[in-house]
Amino acid sequence: MSPDKMVHMANQIATFFKSQPGDEAADRVAAHLSDFWEPRMRRQLLDFIAADGAGLDPLVIEAAKRMNAPAD
Amino acid sequence: MKDFIIPWNDTDMGTPAKTGAPVTLTIDGFEVTVPEGTSVMRAASEAGIQVPKLCATDSLEAFGSCRLCVVEIEGRRGTPSSCTTPVTEGMVVRTQSKKVQKIRRGVMELYISDHPLDCLTCAANGDCELQDMAGAVGLRDVRYAAGENHFEVRQNGEENPRYIAKDTSNPYFAYDPSKCIVCSRCVRACEEVQGTFALTIEGRGFDSRVSPGAADDDFLTSDCVSCGACVQACPTGTLQEKSVIELGTPSRSVVTTCAYCGVGCSFKAELNGDELVRMVPWKHGKANRGHSCVKGRFAWGYAHHQDRILNPMIRDSIDQPWREVSWDEALGFAAARLKGIQEKHGRRSLGVITSSRCTNEETFLVQKLARAVFLNNNTDTCARVCHSPTGYGLGQTFGTSAGTQDFDSVEHTDVVIVMGANPTDAHPVFGSRLKKRLREGAKLIVIDPRRIDLVKSSHVEAAHHLPLKPGTNVAVITAMAHVIVTEGLADEAFIRDRCDWNEYAEYAEFVADPRHSPEATEALTGVPAEALRAAARTFATGGNGAIYYGLGVTEHSQGSTTVMGIANLAMLTGNIGRPGVGVNPLRGQNNVQGSCDMGSFPHELPGYRHVKNADVREVFERAWGVEIDPEPGLRIPNMLDAAVDGTFKGLYVQGEDILQSDPDTRHVAAGLAAMECVIVHDLFLNETANYAHVFLPGSTFLEKDGTFTNAERRINMVREVMKPLNGYADWEVTQALANAMGANWTYSHPREIMAEIAATTPSFAGVTYDLITEKGSVQWPCNEAHPEGTPLMHVDEFMRGKGRFIVTEYVATDEKTGPRFPLLLTTGRILSQYNVGAQTRRTDNNVWHDEDMLEIHPHDAEQRGVKDGDWVKLASRSGETALRARITERVSPGVVYTTFHHPDTQANVVTTDYSDWATNCPEYKVTAVQVMPSNGPTDWQEHYNELAARSRRIEAAE
Ligand code: SF4
Ligand code: SF4
Ligand code: SF4
Ligand code: FES
Repeated sequence: MSPDKMVHMANQIATFFKSQPGDEAADRVAAHLSDFWEPRMRRQLLDFIAADGAGLDPLVIEAAKRMNAPAD
Repeated sequence: MKDFIIPWNDTDMGTPAKTGAPVTLTIDGFEVTVPEGTSVMRAASEAGIQVPKLCATDSLEAFGSCRLCVVEIEGRRGTPSSCTTPVTEGMVVRTQSKKVQKIRRGVMELYISDHPLDCLTCAANGDCELQDMAGAVGLRDVRYAAGENHFEVRQNGEENPRYIAKDTSNPYFAYDPSKCIVCSRCVRACEEVQGTFALTIEGRGFDSRVSPGAADDDFLTSDCVSCGACVQACPTGTLQEKSVIELGTPSRSVVTTCAYCGVGCSFKAELNGDELVRMVPWKHGKANRGHSCVKGRFAWGYAHHQDRILNPMIRDSIDQPWREVSWDEALGFAAARLKGIQEKHGRRSLGVITSSRCTNEETFLVQKLARAVFLNNNTDTCARVCHSPTGYGLGQTFGTSAGTQDFDSVEHTDVVIVMGANPTDAHPVFGSRLKKRLREGAKLIVIDPRRIDLVKSSHVEAAHHLPLKPGTNVAVITAMAHVIVTEGLADEAFIRDRCDWNEYAEYAEFVADPRHSPEATEALTGVPAEALRAAARTFATGGNGAIYYGLGVTEHSQGSTTVMGIANLAMLTGNIGRPGVGVNPLRGQNNVQGSCDMGSFPHELPGYRHVKNADVREVFERAWGVEIDPEPGLRIPNMLDAAVDGTFKGLYVQGEDILQSDPDTRHVAAGLAAMECVIVHDLFLNETANYAHVFLPGSTFLEKDGTFTNAERRINMVREVMKPLNGYADWEVTQALANAMGANWTYSHPREIMAEIAATTPSFAGVTYDLITEKGSVQWPCNEAHPEGTPLMHVDEFMRGKGRFIVTEYVATDEKTGPRFPLLLTTGRILSQYNVGAQTRRTDNNVWHDEDMLEIHPHDAEQRGVKDGDWVKLASRSGETALRARITERVSPGVVYTTFHHPDTQANVVTTDYSDWATNCPEYKVTAVQVMPSNGPTDWQEHYNELAARSRRIEAAE
């Protein structure tokens, strides 16, 4: 997937959970990514963050540390 | 012969059933007890006594015009009509006596004297109530000479001024006025059942005639929507299906389910041998109660269309012509390619797309193919592009991914919100049932950018129409909640009892913030604050409140958030858990609900259970003897992305046309073109098949057994009406493909697949074919706790326990208008066509809609120099296409609208790849576009048509 599209999708998720009350946003973004992003999408996200993560919401970067490691 | 014996009585009881206190009376000496309000005619019928009748039928309220049904009642003078006389306690009725017999004979004599006596050659011969009644009353001679009449073309050598020629303008039925007895059943059916009011009785007495529309209208030009209710109600051959005129009256019938929309109407398929003659909505069908729309009743001709492909075909690459081969060769070719791909690119390089048009059993097998044979979770379905946000949103708030009510519930509703849905076009039978309730006085709130028909049509007018700007659903819903909370209209007792109070407190604080007030959001949403306040008050205080919504809610980047907002609104007003209320997603395709239930989504196994749960995986691991991948799989857009990236190489698509139905056509095409093995399993060489290497012919719903699950969670039987022309039902083809890959499946009938579903999926635990056949249909959950199914959900408590309020912050979509693309495009459908149109385009339904048009407001059209009917170019940042314009005030200034039923239009070349944040459901309903005059199709359209023609070539057989 194009990096722009991935950044857009990940940030959309962060935006939703940021709007929710409580302070578990990072965990909830992480859970959402683990539940709905196929391993190669999560892998791409991790690789992208390792490169520079430009444009990603900081909440996504935090969540990426907490999501399940992609299998394979 | 494989007739399905109907355990129900199909007798016409004359007048509709009533509910009321029991009343006991005596009819011809027999005692019978019926509910108060029942007619004497119906009571007699309950007792097994049929009183002769012509103007009465049990789908319509009694009218009392023919006087054939007269009876004698002790203590009453004269001979009252039994259809209009309600029963009273202790009443003593005689249905036969010299006196009534004489009256009836006289009545029949009058009718027959003005009727052409050509029964033997009449299409209704053997299926005509006038004939039956002539027999029943013992009519033996007609004393009147044929004088002035309506049936002779010429009289005394001159033209008969009373004769009106046949109207054959409707493609599916004919109107022959010479046979009409002016019983007005058709007029009343159009009003009471369909709610269109297209027919009237013109003139008086002997001169009265049935007339569609205005004086110079015929059926086609009138308001008639061709639902066929009048044809069904007509007791004579006056209104008659053309198929019956052509093929003769049917001799056997099979009860089955419509394969078009999510209403899931039950039908009697009526045949001679294996030739389908007509489809008649089945009066015991609980979704439709004997009604249907033009698609289900009439648009089945595609089953025999010459375009249908009946032999398997393969090709090495998509630039080659197709080669017809045997099933064995096609399956062997496919299996070898798929296995080769997995060896080279790993097990996650393959996937499947299940069909929302196929049966539950077929869908179950396709996802099983991914999970048990491909050993991954790469399965998705077209629900991705329509109702996936419903699954997520209702799952989060209520704990289950489905509507809360049955359709009957609408009969108890007092206030209805219809949001982002157009029931009279997309869910016509539900639309008719809703209109009936509105005519009885229920109030309607329409939240939609377009002025849909429900906003104002015959005898129906919305109390409030909130014409919001596309993309601002969340802001509007939250503003409604703001009004309800800040004006103290919330049902706190319900909330305390049924929901998590702390979550509610947080939610209430959020919505009460003045920035969510209608005044604050007016500029953004375009909805006048006062109108929004009034609508919110009506909903909160008007009694039973029900919300019905469609794709105008889900197909947005905040689709899931809007669904949660709708759920919040229902909880906030205590509108959950009883008849007349609830949250009701109107599903697009016939089996969208079922395909989701069956585990078509890549993150969940059948019954909406996440693949990460080891206990759930274990159930299937034990049943299937394989290890289930605990990682979620790819969704359709993700598959296409991965294909472009080169890691996803093979796809089995059953009964879907993603190239036409999915957004951003160029991206879909690029994804498909990058794959090494695309298997299309369908009736026709659809658009996706242009990129396919293997084509497996599919079967229609008339050619297989199975079940569909409609929008009310109702599991309906689909029955094999005729043998599959292509040789195999779709489930057999999937099984053969799995077995070609070494699976060793041994299903011999879909009932065995249902048994496997029941054994593995708790909400289906009690479902069997026997139960469905016995009950007619079953609504899941159906298990030990609900052995007969569940019409209403969340009655005492939510599926998840406490209902959960979720904060719904409005986030503007990134698809914004600007100087280059100043208009917002939104998309939808119309009555006569269905989805990508593969079926309906291959029927006479095209007379109503043979091309997609762009609706544009007069103001926007004028600015651009566009006139009605002109070709215009429609451009977005994704691409451009051309179609013709229709200038209308149905759309607001700044908004344009089109349908996507025709491949030539390529409307999805224009839509973008933005999608719902939670589910990737594409944002079909908002695209920033520009419209400008043009001379005709774009280069892309011409190029595409060439490519399509080239890739559909089939090599001549040697
Ligand atoms: S087909 Fe339906 S809409 Fe048309 S006249 Fe008959 S009842 Fe009315
Ligand atoms: S067309 Fe049929 S239903 Fe209508 S008035 Fe004539 S006979 Fe009755
Ligand atoms: S398309 Fe829908 S409303 Fe029409 S007959 Fe079929 S199920 Fe019923
Ligand atoms: S059937 Fe009762 S008056 Fe016609």
